[in-house]
Amino acid sequence: MSGIRIIEESCIGCRLCVKACPFGAIRMDGRKAVILDNCTLCGICVPACKFNAIDYEKGPVSNAVDITKYSGVWIFAEQKNGVPEPISYELLGAGRKLADDRKTRLTAVVIGDKLSDACEKLIAYGADEVMAVEDGSLAVYNDESYSDIFVQMIRKGRPEILLMGATTYGRSLAPRIASRINTGLTADCTRLEIDPADGKLLQTRPAFGGNLMATIICPNHRPQMATVRHKVMKPLEPDYSRKGLVTRPEVSIPRETSVKVREVVKTIFEMVSLAEADVIVSGGRGLGAPENFKLINELAEVLGGAVGASRATVDAGWIEYNHQVGQTGQTVGPHVYFACGISGAVQHLAGMSSSDIIVAINKNPDAPIFKVATFGIVGDAMEILPLLIKEFKAALG
Amino acid sequence: MNVIVCVKQVPGTNEVKMNKETNTIIREGAEAIINPFDTYAVEEGVRIKEQTGGKATVISMGIPSVAELLRQTIAVGIDEAVLLSDRAFAGSDSLATSYALSKGINKIGDFDLVICGKQAMDGDTAQVGPGLAEKLGIPHTTYVRKIEEIRKGYIRCQRMTEDGYEVIEMPLPAVITVVKEINEPRLPSLKGMMKAKKAEIRIMTADDIGADKDLCGLKGSPTQVVETFVPVHDVNSEMIEGTPGEQVKRLAEKLLSMKFMTVK
Ligand SMILES: Cc1cc2nc3c(=O)[nH]c(=O)nc-3n(C[C@H](O)[C@H](O)[C@H](O)COP(=O)(O)OP(=O)(O)OC[C@H]3O[C@@H](n4cnc5c(N)ncnc54)[C@H](O)[C@@H]3O)c2cc1C
Ligand SMILES: Nc1ncnc2c1ncn2[C@@H]1O[C@H](COP(=O)(O)O)[C@@H](O)[C@H]1O
Repeated sequence: MSGIRIIEESCIGCRLCVKACPFGAIRMDGRKAVILDNCTLCGICVPACKFNAIDYEKGPVSNAVDITKYSGVWIFAEQKNGVPEPISYELLGAGRKLADDRKTRLTAVVIGDKLSDACEKLIAYGADEVMAVEDGSLAVYNDESYSDIFVQMIRKGRPEILLMGATTYGRSLAPRIASRINTGLTADCTRLEIDPADGKLLQTRPAFGGNLMATIICPNHRPQMATVRHKVMKPLEPDYSRKGLVTRPEVSIPRETSVKVREVVKTIFEMVSLAEADVIVSGGRGLGAPENFKLINELAEVLGGAVGASRATVDAGWIEYNHQVGQTGQTVGPHVYFACGISGAVQHLAGMSSSDIIVAINKNPDAPIFKVATFGIVGDAMEILPLLIKEFKAALG
Repeated sequence: MNVIVCVKQVPGTNEVKMNKETNTIIREGAEAIINPFDTYAVEEGVRIKEQTGGKATVISMGIPSVAELLRQTIAVGIDEAVLLSDRAFAGSDSLATSYALSKGINKIGDFDLVICGKQAMDGDTAQVGPGLAEKLGIPHTTYVRKIEEIRKGYIRCQRMTEDGYEVIEMPLPAVITVVKEINEPRLPSLKGMMKAKKAEIRIMTADDIGADKDLCGLKGSPTQVVETFVPVHDVNSEMIEGTPGEQVKRLAEKLLSMKFMTVK
């Protein structure tokens, strides 16, 4: 039976494990630690113990496969109207490195309609091979048909690694597929590396709203699947002279799906989405009134960026939920994040603290946002924003 | 129509602080709560039952004490609560969780719709909803922000996307995961609280639901956590002083010199 156990002879009662447990599942009983039954076997306490007093018996896993039968790195190339989404290039950048480290091939899987331009681009961005499934019925993403097709391809092609974007579609498709083929899936990775010792994929991701990082492996099942956050992996410089293979895998395309996408409606008409933006200008309750979001919109427009918001403003109905950044909204990682009139509650920080540069504008010098800010301006957002707009307009022509 | 809502217990805060001296994590306020996203799932389940008649059941997989937490859902209109609790479930990743929940849901039986939250606040994976749908062999839609129509055997709903939404139709039974935009959860009524107090929470073990223990818990989980650490954000904060005009000028200069703009 697998489980975590305190080795009483070694436990000195230092409480390090009690502090390390994110679930409050370890208590001191006199001078010895005891594991309570709300333990989830997450294993965080094991390295926290400096006295090797915690034994973690993992036991054999079920459904293990012969991992030597799997090879190659695959990425799912999301596209809209035949144009690859930026995440596809980011995945190719990450996948290229992994494939080189594993001395294997990098394949992009693209499903849709009218894909010849997309195939060419995917090769320029690093794919050795593009497997394209093209059909009129696949023009719009559909959970059912896309997962059916993808699973057929995986069963035939047996990749050892499969990466997808942590996008709306990727976060729906990946778990559906992983569940069908009974393999592990690590969500929202921000770092991917090959373990030089045994070639395993080390998948690192934030948990608990970004307050803790966890490295996860999938040792006995294949493919090793991960979804990858936007904007953390770097795309390669495209090279249109690169040679690659475009193949058309033989798959049966479901003729009639029970899931039907009836309408695709756009409500956000900015140039870039929050997830893909290099610059995000966000507003909080400090803006005072909903109409003041027009200053946020204007600065975002001047900088070619997207508009974000704190939950307080979304809850107050000042702006649509799609704009909400944070733990219950979107996680973003732009080059520059402007927080205007945002206090910087932990739940908000959870969604944006990995931005490269954070600019905070807030009246209150003690606002927690200043603790994570690269540049801070103590001042009235209503006064600063118009000046900033003017300044950037002048500088950028 | 019969609805089953999946509810997870999570720690009441996800604030993890670093103890600089001991290099360990300090966790404050470890009080457990219902995953905030799941409260929207509960509300939606109760609304559907109220509109169409039928039953709304919550199911959770967790430690025995979760039973008490599930009473909160009865106070806001859920008819019955089921807790899957067994040491065999400990250490489940999203695949093993999906499996156990699917067995529990099939055991409850006779359902039209399963509703999950968009994601859990501790793991943030958002994988259990689609994974569960697959194990149940029924369709799913994620990030549902509105149910436009629901009747026996049919649902039409709006899925939130990065730049808008999609209108999706599915046959029932199906699984949806919901975002907070879908509704505003109600507060418990006095009558509800009385009912919650007296309610019996059904506790089921792996054997009760006919789960294969090899596919549960740590054994049934392909993923393993090998290391955890607290990320260090080295922030060199710089406060920009001066009059508003000077502040803006200096900020703009700094940013422009860093070539921060979108390369178009
Ligand atoms: C489970 C849970 C999940 C949550 N998820 C999220 C989430 O995803 N995203 C999120 O954002 N929040 C989230 N929250 C809410 C979060 O805790 C905060 O309540 C929220 O982020 C605060 O928004 P705010 O900064 O806009 O408002 P406030 O906290 O009211 O801050 C307004 C700030 O503006 C400043 N200010 C006022 N006037 C001016 C002015 N004229 N010029 C400049 N500055 C000014 C004030 O000093 C203050 O710092 C969540 C909370 C919970 C419990
Ligand atoms: N142990 C569990 N018991 C019941 N429901 C769960 C459990 N874990 C996850 N869920 C459901 O699945 C959703 C997504 O969780 P996750 O995939 O862990 O982010 C949650 O909002 C719940 O509705």
